[in-house]
Amino acid sequence: MGRYVVRRLLQMIPVFIGATLLIFLMVNVMGDPIAGLCGERQCDPATAAQLKKEFGLDKPVWQQYLTYMGNVFTGDFGTAFNGQKVTELMSTAFPVTIRLTIVAIIFEIVIGITLGVITGLKRGRPVDTSVLLLTLVVISVPTFVTGLLLQLLLGVEWGWIKPSVSPDANFGELIVPGLVLASVSLAYVTRLTRTSIAENRRSDYVRTAIAKGLPRRRVIVRHLLRNSLIPVITFIGTDIGALMGGAIVTERIFNIHGVGFQLYQGILRQNTQTVVGFVTVLVLVFLVANLLVDLLYAVLDPRIRYA
Amino acid sequence: MRGATHAKWAAGAAAVALAATACGGGGSDNGGGSGDSGAVLSSSWGDPQNPLEPANTNEVQGGKVLDMIFRGLKRYDPKTGAAKDMLAEKIDTSDSKNFTVTVKSGWKFSNGEPVTAKSFVDAWNYGASLKNNQKNAYFFGYIEGYDKVHPDSGKQTADTLSGLKVTGDRTFTVKLSQKFSTFPDTLGYPAFAPLPKVFFSDHAGWIKKPVGNGPYEIQSYTKGSKMSLRKWDAYPGTDKAKNGGVDLKVYTDNNTAYTDLMAGNLDLVDDVPAAQLKNVKADLQGRYLNTPAGIIQTLAFPFYDKNWNKSGSEKVRKGLSMAINRKQITDTIFQKTRTPATDWTSPVLGEKGGFQDGLCGGACEYNPSEAKKLVKEGGGLPGGQVKISYNADTGSHKEWVDAVCNSINNSLGNDKACVGNPVGTFADFRNKITAKKMSGPFRAGWQMDYPLIQNFLQPLYYTNASSNDGHWSNKDFDKLVNQANSETDTAKAISLFQDAEKVVRDNMAAIPLWYQNGSAGWSERLSNVALNPFSVPVYDEIKVG
Amino acid sequence: MPEPFESEGAISGAGMGGAMDLAVAEGQTLETAPGGPDGTGPAGRPRSLWSDAWRDLRRNPVFIISALVILFLVVISLWPSLIASGNPLKCDLAKAQEGSQPGHPFGYDGQGCDVYTRTVYGARKSVTVGVCATLGVALLGSVLGGLAGFFGGFWDSLLSRITDIFFAIPVVLGGLVLLSVVTSNTVWPVIGFMVLLGWPQISRIARGSVITAKQNDYVQAARALGASNSRILLRHIAPNAIAPVIVVATIALGTYIALEATLSYLGVGLKPPTVSWGIDISAASPYIRNAPHMLLWPAGALAVTVLAFIMLGDAVRDALDPKLRS
Repeated sequence: MGRYVVRRLLQMIPVFIGATLLIFLMVNVMGDPIAGLCGERQCDPATAAQLKKEFGLDKPVWQQYLTYMGNVFTGDFGTAFNGQKVTELMSTAFPVTIRLTIVAIIFEIVIGITLGVITGLKRGRPVDTSVLLLTLVVISVPTFVTGLLLQLLLGVEWGWIKPSVSPDANFGELIVPGLVLASVSLAYVTRLTRTSIAENRRSDYVRTAIAKGLPRRRVIVRHLLRNSLIPVITFIGTDIGALMGGAIVTERIFNIHGVGFQLYQGILRQNTQTVVGFVTVLVLVFLVANLLVDLLYAVLDPRIRYA
Repeated sequence: MRGATHAKWAAGAAAVALAATACGGGGSDNGGGSGDSGAVLSSSWGDPQNPLEPANTNEVQGGKVLDMIFRGLKRYDPKTGAAKDMLAEKIDTSDSKNFTVTVKSGWKFSNGEPVTAKSFVDAWNYGASLKNNQKNAYFFGYIEGYDKVHPDSGKQTADTLSGLKVTGDRTFTVKLSQKFSTFPDTLGYPAFAPLPKVFFSDHAGWIKKPVGNGPYEIQSYTKGSKMSLRKWDAYPGTDKAKNGGVDLKVYTDNNTAYTDLMAGNLDLVDDVPAAQLKNVKADLQGRYLNTPAGIIQTLAFPFYDKNWNKSGSEKVRKGLSMAINRKQITDTIFQKTRTPATDWTSPVLGEKGGFQDGLCGGACEYNPSEAKKLVKEGGGLPGGQVKISYNADTGSHKEWVDAVCNSINNSLGNDKACVGNPVGTFADFRNKITAKKMSGPFRAGWQMDYPLIQNFLQPLYYTNASSNDGHWSNKDFDKLVNQANSETDTAKAISLFQDAEKVVRDNMAAIPLWYQNGSAGWSERLSNVALNPFSVPVYDEIKVG
Repeated sequence: MPEPFESEGAISGAGMGGAMDLAVAEGQTLETAPGGPDGTGPAGRPRSLWSDAWRDLRRNPVFIISALVILFLVVISLWPSLIASGNPLKCDLAKAQEGSQPGHPFGYDGQGCDVYTRTVYGARKSVTVGVCATLGVALLGSVLGGLAGFFGGFWDSLLSRITDIFFAIPVVLGGLVLLSVVTSNTVWPVIGFMVLLGWPQISRIARGSVITAKQNDYVQAARALGASNSRILLRHIAPNAIAPVIVVATIALGTYIALEATLSYLGVGLKPPTVSWGIDISAASPYIRNAPHMLLWPAGALAVTVLAFIMLGDAVRDALDPKLRS
């Protein structure tokens, strides 16, 4: 087990280098970012050249990459085009986004798994059908619309929440945005749980457990649910990254200045330093999340062992 | 009505255990006295793209702050747009080339330092110098010695402009490299603002918390989320702030700002989202404003492409122009927040300033049959189809481009005559323009730097000018502009510029689409809200309570 | 708990569960005997699990209904003019946002185009993108993920780390880089892009399922009996590991249709003038307060499509699960 974890941690190094190189190249392929900085006019060539030099864009790509990686290892993630340090951007964006992601994942786990268990046990009953319809609504109506309607309803008509999230973005303020962010994933988690539960309900160990006369609740939680969680946990593991880096719409609607927004801005303005910096941190998050998921497999299904 | 409902629910909300989420004592609900000159208002803002140096700020959001914390030699009247003396006691010239500037006495920066002639000259030298990477450096391009401090290539050979000389505590002289009669009127642009010594001695500190000489001073600035400006009580000017201060809150989407305004969490939104325009009257019960701003939208053409620069292609361009039903688009898509353009300038200039309603004539009027005829006479659309390029990342251009294309298609009776051609990012869009890679018309927007007809023509249509994206070139036009610039009589200069504009018209160098308005909505607490011709709220005039 | 836990008489199998599963999975003949001759090949070859599933499906009303809906979608994708006589590109701005009226039951959109015609014509691109991207993602993802989970060790590490790198690419960046160079006016670059960025998720799900499934007794037994790897994978593991893949894929189908709109919004999706549900949904979204009908119809069409595929997926999954067979 310990050796497995160490090996996985070591594997992070090539992934880290591969991912940063890939992102670095991709942002570079997008072309010259300087032209976008001068508004609706041509940058004067002298200033453009000077800016290029300052951001190191006048050097060949491989050299830029090496310089960048060298700086990263000393903790210097470079500077955004507005003169702000990328580390400063990260230190304001990541805490907010991590809180938002935690709220969203709690929703996925609590609501998603609960609904999944209920619908899995009551396949074909009205409750199953209504949850299916909700799922369809969530999939076919854009997050933008659900977010906007919730915001108007709760924020303006009923005044339960503030429509926008303050710069502090504490957990309380993030409940509604977290729910909006989690909505599509909720559909996945619910249906994955439902299917697993329905499938495992008829398996031997459940029958055995029932035959042994164990209480229903215990059978569901200890036996049925535990064995049904592997696909769900896998999904949530893959979803963490999407929630953290891809919350662009939710962050916009609720005016959250988080990772999704910074990353989106960085990409549109072709700011290599911001994009690579943020993605680097996100890659680390994916890697750790996937490692945790793999370790959870062994916890949920004792037959799975890691050497 | 809505405010009352909100208050009632706010009390209930605490009980619903959402206390943390609901109105946790927002910044805008204190100081409720009527007509309170100490009350602070909150306003929507966007994160400035560049550090807030005056010569480095080339977009509205940064400009908003500069307008509050700086006063220059001239100031554009918030209502008429006319350039009026602010810190300038007088600006004298006999030949439109050599100017003597006298600065009024008694002006100070908010840190107590007096504003002198040197404050201006140092600031301008800083702005012009290549090594400082100031994006508006070209504003100083008319001043003698610019080519030394800011050469097009190679190293700069001087640090200061030879055309600027401090001649006394309150006087300095400016020598231009060519005649430019309306030069004094350009001095209201923020790039020409004076800078205090601390700007140079502690630059990093200044950037974190800029210090200026305007009616407001910055109390705190958290980059990316909020700036608090407070009234500067010792401000020596006559345009003292009529409120206690302004909290600028960064919004990444104007829709959210609008929703916040409806919920009573924000006092002022200076950009009402297009999708909300239909219900804005009902939502805000008249607390809404829609006034012309110095912005014109046009379609530019790639004149480096043979297809668009052969004899007869001006007929095609005119035909396209007549195929666009401007009124219907501005009414429907923009809900009358834009006005069909009938010339190449802007109504904010006023008749006196050179705006001429209807200068474009029939070529800007919707006339499908004539449009069809002209396009045919001109040899048809190059390649049988026009693609209107625009950048997809900012400003939701897709909607109007689609509408323009539908209009052209309907006029020409061909489903495929026109299609939109989105380009992913603004930088990529600009790169394609700079690299002359456009093959059809493309979006061109122009927001004036200063309210002069010169600013609507020279940067856009003069041979190789910085914003002449289509690389249109016409000797007659250039000649008329040169003449106008050296003309000392303003009225004559303007009429020469109008002659130049007629050359643009006859060649249809760009299709004028519409003049853009500024829009604003505000809460019940505010009164006396207005937008200046740059579509920036006139903050110092706003009354709270 | 008032309601007894449902076990539907299956309790008889308890106690000898492992053996029963083994029998079901290994000796398919066990099922053939009561099944009768129909469906078996002319040579009397024992029916496989897959053909059993097909037999089940044909009798499942849920499957029949969802298949009919999908057939209908395919037909109108191919021949939209069968049920819509208008031209989706013919728009009159004067009628923008107008509601339902005679001859135009769904009203007009923001550009004054007929919503009904556009919804019908939008099916072609949307259904193609949704179905092809889903198939591509599901195939690539489940094959790679399945192999990684089955073989473990080095190949698992390699494939898993490759998926990690793909996870790191933000969709917006990937789209702007990979799709902005494309000049083709077809749906294929968009589909290719979705497959490229979408497979890692299915791959991880499939890998997880295969890792669990391969622990089962019947797999161990098959192995002990000397079954080949491919036989074990296809006959024993795939049917038992496919359920989560089907679930994720059918929901993803809807999100791919929506993603196409996001890409178009970024200026790198389908080139204009394109008619698709995604584009119409995203264009209508800001106007939800004034003209909800503009959103309702294309979103409704998307919902029906996703519903059909979810039901189909459910039916297929049930058919593949011998435990659910009566």
